[in-house]
Amino acid sequence: MNAPAKIQETKAEQSLNAQFDATLAQTTQDNANQRKQAWDAFKAKGIPHRRVEEWHYTDLRTKMTDAFALASKTSPKADALTGAGGLETYRIAIVNGRYVPELSSNQALAGLTVTEAEGFLAAQLGTDDAMAHLNQALVQGGITIKIDADATIEAPIEIVRYTDGTEVSSYAGTSVEIGSGAKALIIESFEGDAEAAYQSNALTEVKVGDKANIHWLKLQVESEKAQHIETLSIELGAETNFQHFIYNEGSALSRAQLFLEFKGEGTHAGLRGTCLLKDSQHADITLFVNHAVPECESREYYRAVVDDKARAVFQGKIIVEPGAQKTDGQMMIKSLLLSDTAEINAKPELEIFADDVQCAHGSTTGDIDEDLLFYLMARGIPEAQARKILVLAFLSEAIEEFEEERSVELLEAMTRKWLHADEMVSE
Amino acid sequence: MLEIKNLHAEVDGNKILRGIDLTVRPGEVHAIMGPNGSGKSTLSYVLAGKEDYEITEGSISYNGVDWSELGADERAAAGMFLAFQYPIEIPGVATMTFLKTALNAQRKARGEDEISTPDFMKLVREKSKELKVTPDMLKRPLNVGFSGGEKKRAEILQMSLLEPTLCVLDETDSGLDIDALRIVSEGVNQLRSPERSMIVITHYQRLLDHIVPDVVHVLSKGKIVKTGGKELALELEKNGYADYVDEEAA
Repeated sequence: MNAPAKIQETKAEQSLNAQFDATLAQTTQDNANQRKQAWDAFKAKGIPHRRVEEWHYTDLRTKMTDAFALASKTSPKADALTGAGGLETYRIAIVNGRYVPELSSNQALAGLTVTEAEGFLAAQLGTDDAMAHLNQALVQGGITIKIDADATIEAPIEIVRYTDGTEVSSYAGTSVEIGSGAKALIIESFEGDAEAAYQSNALTEVKVGDKANIHWLKLQVESEKAQHIETLSIELGAETNFQHFIYNEGSALSRAQLFLEFKGEGTHAGLRGTCLLKDSQHADITLFVNHAVPECESREYYRAVVDDKARAVFQGKIIVEPGAQKTDGQMMIKSLLLSDTAEINAKPELEIFADDVQCAHGSTTGDIDEDLLFYLMARGIPEAQARKILVLAFLSEAIEEFEEERSVELLEAMTRKWLHADEMVSE
Repeated sequence: MLEIKNLHAEVDGNKILRGIDLTVRPGEVHAIMGPNGSGKSTLSYVLAGKEDYEITEGSISYNGVDWSELGADERAAAGMFLAFQYPIEIPGVATMTFLKTALNAQRKARGEDEISTPDFMKLVREKSKELKVTPDMLKRPLNVGFSGGEKKRAEILQMSLLEPTLCVLDETDSGLDIDALRIVSEGVNQLRSPERSMIVITHYQRLLDHIVPDVVHVLSKGKIVKTGGKELALELEKNGYADYVDEEAA
């Protein structure tokens, strides 16, 4: 057997070497060992490229030409942060990877504990992904969020991750522990200085107990020049309902990778989302859903609207382990291509090792339906407006399935704004 | 007044309409009958301005305005309404939002003020009651989950809200049971007025028992082959279209 050929280090990898050395020099011994381990794991793989199967459609080695300097500690003005828009929330602000108490809600909320973790490192990940390891090696800070068992948190828990500065990079780490029987809505936003080029790499580890009911909304509204990578690792207990939705609008390049594992029986998980892409944006959503136990249900439904020269990538792998009988897994990706140069790569996969399961996957790609367009125009609606109505309708179908009223309203408003369709807000 | 002169039209290179002449004055109701494939639905789409339906010869004008360069939306604003044979389901579009958007788009195109939400709600309530369109139907996405009869009632509701001056009803009776046919016909009859022209396209005579036409035309192979009074429909019911089809073939 031949040893794999050593790939020459890129400029970005060389920059990362220096950044890691500097980070390590400032780290306490305990953390240093963990950082070193993570760094070694990253170095063994390097920045992912198209010959790494999971990254085939997103050749990060080519697209990430440099690794920007680690962002320093800053405190932007409160009004720079958008978060969940006008919603009344319990805010947790993380700027350049670090928890910022003065921008966060400071009153105690029953059932919720937020702890700042100095040099936090998510230790147990369901993934061996290079960019997740890189986050662990360079993480600038982080928080642990704990929701008590049986707590019902009415106000949305809002996690704002803001990258402040241009040509900087941020590495945020978040650990979320949700007790059995808890009920909450979590809205996280990823954002930064408008028009600034920066890199954000976030790692979030979520553990949910039994019989919980959690809605989790991610708003990816990074600057249009940003590169965004998020790794989300989720473990679900028994008889839990976990609904996740990604609203993907920002970034020149984005990658959301979700690793979900069912740990208890009778659980429902919904992974949904919409991608709204234009210009030369590239957005990648990659899922690994592991049905490790019987009688769980997963829904992976995503929709993309792709204009200009933008490209959407969707990869979803559902694994049904031996013994995970009565699994019900349905995956569907639907895309609307609004221009001849827009592109979608959809790769749904099933790996089934149990024999009594219901699993299906599919994908559709198309243009706006001419018959629908004619129907609207025949009622007097001008073509440009009719097209917007149909794009909005296409996305609304996915949004409504999230079934959380505050989120649906917020998502529809954001979608209308993206479409410049405020004039259709008539009810 | 609608004036169609020597109208030839084709779809994807197939010649369907082969020289139609038809004049419909305000207040008149014309029925167009004909066998399957005679070009009835094509005529309705050409009138409404569907893309891909190309006029190769002849003209359509309405109230003196040439329609050849007008889009479907502009024709609607000028008074055209097509009640579809198969109204389309549009998931994700709320029925009420759609109705208000359509009404206001037409008003805007005509230089009129937009209707206020309370006025609009009141209008919809009144009109929908007459057509037995339930509040539950109005809450659903456009036409989604509607039965055949509900879809046709919803079409007539749209027609009565938009108040067009030229109504084309394409096989509105298809898929309707007797009760639904009566409700839909009553809705249409209430819209008959001296200012409004109607073209009722149908395969069967039974609709014309409810919506009594002033003139009946027989369309065969893309041409009007006979024109008469309402008694012509009864004659067709008795003898079928064979006479006209054979006549053409001979």
